[in-house]
Amino acid sequence: MTPTPTLASLAPALPEIWLTVAACIVLLTDAFAGRSARRITPTLTLLLLALGAAAILVWGQVDQRVDLFSGMYTADPLATVLKLLSFLFTAVALLYSRHWLEARGLLKGEYYVLVLTALLGICVMVSAGSLLTLYIGVELLALSLYALVAFDRDSGIAAESAMKYFVLGAIASGCLLYGMSLVYGMTGSLLLGEIAVAVQGQGVAPSLGLMMGLVFVVVGVAFKFGAVPFHMWVPDVYHGAPSPTTLFIASAPKIASFALAYRLLAEGLAGVEPAWGQMITIVAVLSALIGNLIAIAQTNLKRMLAYSAIGNVGFILLGFVAGTERGYEAALFYTIAYVIMALGSFGVIVLAGRRGFEADELDHYKGLHSRDPLLAVLMMVMMFSTAGIPPFVGFWAKLQIFEALWASGHAPLVVFGAAVSVIGVFYYLRVVKLMYFDAPGDLPVPERHTGVRFTLAINAAAVVALGLFPQALLELCQRVLP
Amino acid sequence: MADFGLLSVLIWLPIVGGLLVLALGDARIALARWVALGTAVAAFALSVSLWTGFDAGTAAFQSVERLRWIPAFNATYHLGVDGISLPLVLLTTFTTVPVLIAAWTVIEKRQAQFFAAFLILEGLMVGVFTALDALLFYFFWEAMLIPMFLIIGIWGGPRRVYATIKFFLYTFLGSVFMLVALIYMYLKAGSYDIADFHALPLTYTEQFWIFLAFFAAFAVKIPMFPVHTWLPDAHVEAPTGGSVVLAAVMLKMGGYGFLRLSLPITPDAARELDLLMIVLSLIAVVYIGFIALVQTDMKKLIAYSSIAHMGFVTLGCFLVFGGGGGLGIDGAMVQMISHGLVSGAMFLCVGVLYDRLHSREISSYGGVINRMPVFGAFFVLFAMANAGLPGTSGFVGEFLVILAAFKASFWYALIAGTTLVLGAAYTLWLVKRVVFGPVANEGVAALEDLNGREFFVLGLLAAAVLLLGVWPAPLLEVMQESVRHLVEQATASKLP
Repeated sequence: MTPTPTLASLAPALPEIWLTVAACIVLLTDAFAGRSARRITPTLTLLLLALGAAAILVWGQVDQRVDLFSGMYTADPLATVLKLLSFLFTAVALLYSRHWLEARGLLKGEYYVLVLTALLGICVMVSAGSLLTLYIGVELLALSLYALVAFDRDSGIAAESAMKYFVLGAIASGCLLYGMSLVYGMTGSLLLGEIAVAVQGQGVAPSLGLMMGLVFVVVGVAFKFGAVPFHMWVPDVYHGAPSPTTLFIASAPKIASFALAYRLLAEGLAGVEPAWGQMITIVAVLSALIGNLIAIAQTNLKRMLAYSAIGNVGFILLGFVAGTERGYEAALFYTIAYVIMALGSFGVIVLAGRRGFEADELDHYKGLHSRDPLLAVLMMVMMFSTAGIPPFVGFWAKLQIFEALWASGHAPLVVFGAAVSVIGVFYYLRVVKLMYFDAPGDLPVPERHTGVRFTLAINAAAVVALGLFPQALLELCQRVLP
Repeated sequence: MADFGLLSVLIWLPIVGGLLVLALGDARIALARWVALGTAVAAFALSVSLWTGFDAGTAAFQSVERLRWIPAFNATYHLGVDGISLPLVLLTTFTTVPVLIAAWTVIEKRQAQFFAAFLILEGLMVGVFTALDALLFYFFWEAMLIPMFLIIGIWGGPRRVYATIKFFLYTFLGSVFMLVALIYMYLKAGSYDIADFHALPLTYTEQFWIFLAFFAAFAVKIPMFPVHTWLPDAHVEAPTGGSVVLAAVMLKMGGYGFLRLSLPITPDAARELDLLMIVLSLIAVVYIGFIALVQTDMKKLIAYSSIAHMGFVTLGCFLVFGGGGGLGIDGAMVQMISHGLVSGAMFLCVGVLYDRLHSREISSYGGVINRMPVFGAFFVLFAMANAGLPGTSGFVGEFLVILAAFKASFWYALIAGTTLVLGAAYTLWLVKRVVFGPVANEGVAALEDLNGREFFVLGLLAAAVLLLGVWPAPLLEVMQESVRHLVEQATASKLP
């Protein structure tokens, strides 16, 4: 039936192929290059990512949906955009991390290889056409992340959080796989396209088996997103992992979570939207509420931002609750905007420390303004943006979610979301307060690496520019979602 | 009329100027100050040219600019002024000038940032008054909180952190409900244009909820009893300039919101609920007046007096249904402008004293006139204006509103009229304790009178207060048509 794949027909799978090759190149270079030459690994990785992105732009673009490998693999405009963004966000995360790793003797090739395999997992998830592909992507990403969290092997807290992440992640993967097996059993297919046809019209009350499958699938999705009540790993991992790893986890993998939810729920299981919509509603509401509430009580900035991430995931999932095209667009916009902001805020955390001083407690930010005005102003932009205050991009993200929710008849959720975002403002303001209103004391001055700071400034500029002119990103989201 | 985007210039010139000042930094503060002042004066001059080019014979929006902004939301960059927003724009650009001059050498830390914050704030406030697209309006409305948050938090008094976070959360909480209402109307109207909202047919229930959402935003901002509690804290802790802008311009946004959005969009709900609004306004006038009487902190006293005066604004706005008609709205508008000048001047006077003795307590002063005769004269003048003495701007607004109240009901007028007693009581008592009497202590004995800079600032405001008091006609003329149009909109039912 299926024609023998030729080289040209594999072009849509270029990102994954490229990443596999790139991971091997980095691994081999690192293994065979001398000790002194190892320092080129970070640059090499960035170069490979840039080349990969360029190659995708030139050869890997698709105008419409293309199915490869008997439908196991899907390439569509959405996938292309998400992959390009993941490449970009990963590259930025690596750029921010380099000096941190170097200063702490962690600049090893394995770090970059693991990041590349994690990115490969993200790309596989983004392009998944069947449950199996999806699962392979999930595992590839998760296993790379477990190792990245434990990367600083002398750190007890990192090991602890990696262990927690691994155990809980394994359970969640099990749930996801079990749910997938039930869905497969009830629909008779692993291909998302065929599942979509099979569940069509089952509406609010699907068969019991399918319902069970949905429950486990939703648990898996909620875990990967870090949504309440499956969020317990998030604060520990964000807190315990080395800051660059936290930075990475907060960035591109969120794109993967969006892809997972979108491919699985919005595409494959669209027919039973009312059924999973109810479950996602509960998860989303709890996440937005609990994430924002508990963040107030934190004294550690990484932990606080972890709870903030939980709260923001709640908003992303509210976009799925809307269940309409506008809702998915809003969720995609929110995800992209959130990742840009998370890169910025964790980027500041990575840059604000120095060897022997991890700037992760809130108190470490006292008077940052007088120690390092640039970092302080960048952090302030990120905080106000994440709080959803114009003129920053976070405002448009929230606005779209509200609009999509109201248009799909979820008015009470809009009021809820509005109220919750007011709660959230408090702890973001507290960071600004620490940086600007408090005296610096005798905290150290951060090291200044001009190139990285320049990138971070561009990152913040993007937050402002997209805040003033959101149209381009809005159009992009509208175009790639069918 | 040929136009070159005057309103855009008024919004973005101060913001760009502010960024420039920020770039110059404390290292070149002398230059930065002059750049800041130059920007503010240029903005004021441009807004005066806006005034002279304004055609008072029509209620239509003028100097309109309309550019593509976010087609995905059908939101446009739509600006324009009418007789209601124009005076407020002028008030904004005017107020910034004395604020900057008053802060010339007084601010001790991060001076460049201080000037920059006020310039950026000015631009955003002009944006609020000129936006004709609801999303753009909201955009400026919220963005404005950021510079004010920093102004109070960085340069404020000992409890500044508490005050500024309270200020931010309070106003933000009110505003998000307005956003929800705007989204609802957008989904119904298909655009964010305020004119489309005005024309949007709404059932009574819809109007009711939208009115309440707007109420949450504007009542907090203006502020009305019982959601006024953020204001005394914010005023007391803010630096002098912050208090001035807060009192002179920011509070007016609440009143502007009622006039621009609440009354025309939800006329029927406003008509039904006008009694509630009137009662709350009267409580503000009387009850808050009594509270002002017992204050021992000068700034707090003026803050409470602001709330009482704002009670007159909301009273005037909502008398429109009870027979007050345009008179009440005229009064509310004059009261807003006048209060902007007078309260700003009062806060500047307190600032003058505070710079010398670093105390805001009334009991720290006494007999100031013996050492500072010129200052004493200014202080008494502004106090009289605050109490509504004829011949000052304070009188015109209050008189018009009380007149409108008489048309509506004798009792409204009687209760509102108590302000003439109460306002006089707390203001004059303040004057007596601070300015007159024998020299109270050594601190006062060592006071020096106004320097040239302070004299210029207070003189500028005194001239404006007197001018508006004896000759309010230009202001009334400029808004006449717009107010008439607004009364038409507010009294025409949207119900089928």
